[in-house]
Amino acid sequence: MDSMHPEQEYFAHLAAGRFMLQRSVSTGGYVFYPRVAEPGTGATDLEWVEASGRGVVYAATTVRQRPPTADYGVALIELDEGPRLISRVDGLPPADVEIGMRVRARIVHESEGPLLVFVPVEP
Amino acid sequence: MNGFTRGASAIVAATTHGLGEAPGFSAMDLAAAASVKALAAIDLKPRDVDAIFVALPDDPLSGLGLAEYLGARPKLTDNNRTGGSSFLAHVIHAALALEARECDVALIAYGSNQRSAAGKLITSLRPNPYEARYRLPRPVGSYALAAARYMHCYGVTRDALAEVAIAARRWAQLNPDAFMRDELTREGYFKARMVTDPLSVRDCCLVTDGAAAIVMTRADRSGDLASHPVYLLGGGTATEHRDIAQMPDLTVTAAVHSGARAFAQAGVRPADIDVAELYDAFTINTLLFLEDLGFCKKGEAADFVAQGRIAPGGALPVNTNGGGLSCTHPGMYGLFTIVEAVEQLTGRAGARQVAGARLALAHGNGGELSSQATLVLGTAATL
Repeated sequence: MDSMHPEQEYFAHLAAGRFMLQRSVSTGGYVFYPRVAEPGTGATDLEWVEASGRGVVYAATTVRQRPPTADYGVALIELDEGPRLISRVDGLPPADVEIGMRVRARIVHESEGPLLVFVPVEP
Repeated sequence: MNGFTRGASAIVAATTHGLGEAPGFSAMDLAAAASVKALAAIDLKPRDVDAIFVALPDDPLSGLGLAEYLGARPKLTDNNRTGGSSFLAHVIHAALALEARECDVALIAYGSNQRSAAGKLITSLRPNPYEARYRLPRPVGSYALAAARYMHCYGVTRDALAEVAIAARRWAQLNPDAFMRDELTREGYFKARMVTDPLSVRDCCLVTDGAAAIVMTRADRSGDLASHPVYLLGGGTATEHRDIAQMPDLTVTAAVHSGARAFAQAGVRPADIDVAELYDAFTINTLLFLEDLGFCKKGEAADFVAQGRIAPGGALPVNTNGGGLSCTHPGMYGLFTIVEAVEQLTGRAGARQVAGARLALAHGNGGELSSQATLVLGTAATL
């Protein structure tokens, strides 16, 4: 793994439709954002593994805009694997995104390229 | 125990400059103006300074730049940059250097022209490739996420945030140098434009210009320079992340650690503190820091601040200059917490003076609740 390029490889996987996390072979710890070593342990035996895509809304905010521009939401998602990441929850108004809500990952394609977002898991 | 001896160094001068609006000046002009003002107050010249600690908004080599500008030839410069907490860390490093006789006169300075030059926070931060496209406004959106999580976990409402904003404004009304001094009512607070939920413009610090400077020496010399030296009794710093997504628990800051070390070194408890200056970049900060520094338990800050208990006349005077919310916030506010603590401990705070203040706490925050730095300061009577 001495040739892993964290940022390049993460986005290459995302472009191919895969949401990948790093995991240390020796410690089993999951890492996001991608790095050259696991935080804390410094373990460099990181491999790419497909994320479960499942998680929960840890915190959320509605970013207010001047009308007529629509407000938008940003959420901090805690993945079932442990790491948290900044993303957004699609499929409902930002004010309805609640802390504790179960979500799953989806890759959407926007003009700037593929983007990881989350959608609510139907109860 | 931490490395410097309790009370071995002292702040012998502390000043602000150009608060509010200072058009036509660079950040360096303002930092230098504050510096010469602080030095002149104790009859020192820039050439007497042999250690410079500084962080400017736009200049990663500001230690070299301020030395050159002032015509000082310091043995030691320190650009340690942890956001708004930088200057409290500088005080600790200056104390260590003074006691080790690596320097004799330490100048700690800051200046910013962000209001006049940009009208918003001047930042040298790089965009985060994993986060930028979600357009979280930074830093306010990160603090909003922390506030949302905190309110969810502890059943706190915006009433507690309102108490913090109104208390800060009431202190500012007693401070002629404060930028916003008109009355802030509960009604006015709740009518304010939302920025990023649950934070409105009244939950956010000001965008002002401004500068500050302090001078430190060893305690044995401080009495020759200043009539009322303010002694450094304890200090601690702690860093745990940079971006909010990496913060271990959005409701608990590293002030738990910086504060515990500062109190242990000073040999005092939160209940002993007469006045607390807590970096209030956003209203949520004040609640988190009151808890994490031990003034109350986790989840109890809403009760602690209720009914004006941190406002003028309250049980614990907090942010007696009006804070970053209502006095000044040029981008990195930390040095102003120290200057206001010194104002209070030297009895120079005018209408906002806390009678008989002997022990003050100054607390700085940097980044997105990322870096925390705490100082315990005291008068000669506390040595």
